[in-house]
Amino acid sequence: MAESPFKADIERVQKEYSEKMTPGAIVYIPGSSVVNKTGGWRVFMPKFNKDKCVRCFLCYTFCPEPAIYLDEESYPVFDYDYCKGCGICANECPTKAIEMVREFK
Amino acid sequence: MPMRKVMKGNEAAAWAAKLAKPKVVAAFPITPSTLVPEKISEFVADGEMDAEFIKVESEHSAISACVGASAAGVRTFTATASQGLALMHEILFIAAGMRLPIVMAIGNRALSAPINIWNDWQDTISERDTGWIQFYAENNQEALDLILIAFKVAEDERVLLPAMVGFDAFILTHTVEPVEIPDQEVVDEFLGEYVPKHAYLDPARPITQGALGFPAHYMEARYTVWEAMENARKVIKEVFDEFEKKFGRRYHMIEEYKTDDAEIILLTMGSLAGTLKEFVDKKREEGVKIGAAKMTVYRPFPIEEIKALAKKTKVLAILEKDISFGIGGAVFADTSRALINEKEKPIVLDFILGLGGRDVTFENLEEVVEISKKALEGEKVEEVNWIGLRKEIL
Ligand code: SF4
Ligand code: SF4
Repeated sequence: MAESPFKADIERVQKEYSEKMTPGAIVYIPGSSVVNKTGGWRVFMPKFNKDKCVRCFLCYTFCPEPAIYLDEESYPVFDYDYCKGCGICANECPTKAIEMVREFK
Repeated sequence: MPMRKVMKGNEAAAWAAKLAKPKVVAAFPITPSTLVPEKISEFVADGEMDAEFIKVESEHSAISACVGASAAGVRTFTATASQGLALMHEILFIAAGMRLPIVMAIGNRALSAPINIWNDWQDTISERDTGWIQFYAENNQEALDLILIAFKVAEDERVLLPAMVGFDAFILTHTVEPVEIPDQEVVDEFLGEYVPKHAYLDPARPITQGALGFPAHYMEARYTVWEAMENARKVIKEVFDEFEKKFGRRYHMIEEYKTDDAEIILLTMGSLAGTLKEFVDKKREEGVKIGAAKMTVYRPFPIEEIKALAKKTKVLAILEKDISFGIGGAVFADTSRALINEKEKPIVLDFILGLGGRDVTFENLEEVVEISKKALEGEKVEEVNWIGLRKEIL
């Protein structure tokens, strides 16, 4: 999986944010929203089939999170830390290269 | 020189707000506290108060505006009662969770149904778990003083919690009494300017307030509210000391009256404490060893003071104008919690009275003493007693 482009940010904020609870849980450092992983409540997850993919970027364009990145060859990469399992990508994919499968944790 | 004026409790609260110089006041008028925002809007219109007075369409919006103003970093005040306070309920948690030192005056009034505009404490008692500090005033002077004290405690860096000051509907809100209005300079010295260090608006230093708290952070965030409330015990006592030095009036977490050799102590809050003192004097003349105590601070609950009070007596009778359905009085439940692990403890009895503006008479208090005496003699009595209840119509 390709690395999140926010990796450095996440690490920096994670460090500062976890050091001390502030009064009123105020967040003093910008960018902290990326620290909170929002993939935890997913029920279905997108399963990607590279063979069917035509690299049209529709999934990438429509993902509301956005939890899809493109790798060097412009294939979609799913970031399951933030994918909420809405299934929009699967719905938009013209070649049915994405299938939503039930996820067990 | 402090000025003495004859005024209603509502006016005393408005004067306290004027003296505290809040930058924002947001309020929606509700009986019996309508006069508080009315008087403040007069002060603002006459140029006597340099505050932004925000007129809103409901109490939910009033407290929301206060949360916004306080989060932006200014001293903030509002007033309400009863259903109005209930409508604020969800935002009360937010104010405390965001650690915003908002101060609110409350004309303690009953809750519907049936609709009732008269006095009891069901409104504020129902909000005891929101994280707000709670004071109860015995008279109009206390209403004024406790609002000033509330600002000082709320804004203390060790506390940073909102605070409400209750004063009984009509008994205080609409009754005129002489009230000493302290000098503005002395109040300024006492309160100082509110300089927020945690929550304020500054484009050069963007922050996020009221953010989502995931399971990884929520519990710690709530713990800090608990911790702040624990700190408030100490801070309130310090502020009481300082208030006495500056203004000459003394406040206690629990104020005692003729308790030293008492066998029965009647404990209450608010204006009923005045009645109790007179009643105690009368019973003392009759040779009954009885004392009275008034709880000025209900949250944080004065646990140590209750323990000390309990050591002095054989029966601790709690007189309260509220009811927690399915258990009894809330103050009774909290008192029991404070005493549960004590080796020696008095008999603790609960008396529910004065709901919805029902008068509490000497006759009612005689009944309380009679039941307490019976308990003292080893007779079995009810733990929760409804006093002044018209059983004949049930
Ligand atoms: S399921 Fe929804 S959130 Fe997950 S990658 Fe697809 S579009 Fe994005
Ligand atoms: S929408 Fe389907 S075909 Fe298009 S890039 Fe995404 S996975 Fe590939």
